[in-house]
Amino acid sequence: MRIDVNAFLGRYPFRDVPGGSPTALLRNMDRVGIDVAWISNLSAIFWRDPAQGNDVLYQTHLREPRLHPVPAVHPGLGHWREALQRAAEEGAPCVRADPGYYGIAPDGPELRELAAACGEARLPLELAVRLEDGRQRHPNDSAPELAPWHIRSLLRSDPRAKLLVTHADKDFIEQVHFGSTPAESERVLWDICWIWGPPEDHLELLLGTVGLARFTFGTGMLLRLPENSVAKLDLLDLSPEQRSRLESGNLQAFLTR
Amino acid sequence: MTLIDVHAHFFHPAGPRADWAERNASRLQAGEKIGITCHVASILGSWGRTSPVYFPSPDDASAGNLALLALQRDHPERIRGYACVNPNFTEHALEEIDRCIAAGMLGIKLAASRRADDPLLDPIAEAARRHKVPILQHIWQHRRKDWPGQEASDAVELVTLARRHPEVAFILAHIGGGGDWLHSLHAVRNVPNIFVDLSGSGVDGGMLEACIDQVGVTRLLWGADITLDTGWAKLRHLEQILRDEQLDAIRWRNAAGIFPRLPTRG
Repeated sequence: MRIDVNAFLGRYPFRDVPGGSPTALLRNMDRVGIDVAWISNLSAIFWRDPAQGNDVLYQTHLREPRLHPVPAVHPGLGHWREALQRAAEEGAPCVRADPGYYGIAPDGPELRELAAACGEARLPLELAVRLEDGRQRHPNDSAPELAPWHIRSLLRSDPRAKLLVTHADKDFIEQVHFGSTPAESERVLWDICWIWGPPEDHLELLLGTVGLARFTFGTGMLLRLPENSVAKLDLLDLSPEQRSRLESGNLQAFLTR
Repeated sequence: MTLIDVHAHFFHPAGPRADWAERNASRLQAGEKIGITCHVASILGSWGRTSPVYFPSPDDASAGNLALLALQRDHPERIRGYACVNPNFTEHALEEIDRCIAAGMLGIKLAASRRADDPLLDPIAEAARRHKVPILQHIWQHRRKDWPGQEASDAVELVTLARRHPEVAFILAHIGGGGDWLHSLHAVRNVPNIFVDLSGSGVDGGMLEACIDQVGVTRLLWGADITLDTGWAKLRHLEQILRDEQLDAIRWRNAAGIFPRLPTRG
């Protein structure tokens, strides 16, 4: 079972990206052997109320059970607790927030309150360090990236908060992991989409230093080619058991802990 | 099946990295898995240890080239080199090109020591024409400002140089290496002596389709640069969207057309 925790439906405002429909996403998944994808609404990240894009995710899941909704919750808006409640009722595996695009502090009081509420609801909070390479962003795309101290701060803000962090590179992950206690580190799971393979071998290194249990499969499609994360795994010398943990086992353990 | 990586790098003991041998071994080992039959590579001087990466001193450029020639001798079927030169030192650059090509290198690597449209690049391009070798030009895809540590060129500046030297093949480096790749593709679309290498850490959805649409499969070259996983991802994606002969063109045939004496086993 290969689960992609980092996939998108919808449109990107800064360039024309093909394949934003459920049909296209399923076609991509079949092409590279992804069984299940956790889907966020890419268009809605940029809306004033990103939770308005959640209904389409719930409806898509009813039609296509392989696509699991990752609803957005904007903790700066008055109805955010209802959006979180709805996510839990709909069986969403986690919720997401994009504070850089919401214009709120990534480790400010709203995010801390959301992280705590997610912890209480036993729902991980998904956060993307970035959506695109900073060197290529549109001149009007000025939302700040997450920094390692934001993640450290959220982990410390509530002992129940669990974070699923996507699009992080080696340095970012190391600064969070080695800047946190073992108990804090156990409450964060990293997707592999932005971690370099050979010849720098960042992923191989991190699996050894940070630990294989802390990583899970994610692609960033449709903004990124899903082939990349599969290629990263194929370039590692993994046992079938290790590969299975990276493809879904670690995620299942993270959700049930 | 032949697969040429037209944009590879190796390290050497005179650089700052203690893990230089490990990284070189990793590239070759991953290359085996991917099926790379030839890494066409450069070493950028001392990689910053005794002169800046993108402004290598003449001594460092020579030392890097010597290290690459040694790798080429150790792996005669697997590794070929670009002579890396700094165009600010014209006499040294021309001597270095002559020496390296005579020793079996296949091309010239220009990093970011001088803008691509600068007249100082003309004697380098003339040497490329004389030796019938291509120039791999480091490019910042749509440079909207100066970036620290380099005097980066963008595609528009490379186009100016390419138009001054229509008999020379130029390779626009790492279309996936950061920046606005669509800007570059528009710029080089109608310049037949500019080839686009697909390397770089970027694996943007839609980028490969745009390369095919704007430049065409006959001017695309496969490469990885410093992330072989992204190179392999792009190759796998191309396998899904191209016919066999189109894929072969990008895997190696286009490269074989511009590099002399390229080892191929098609």
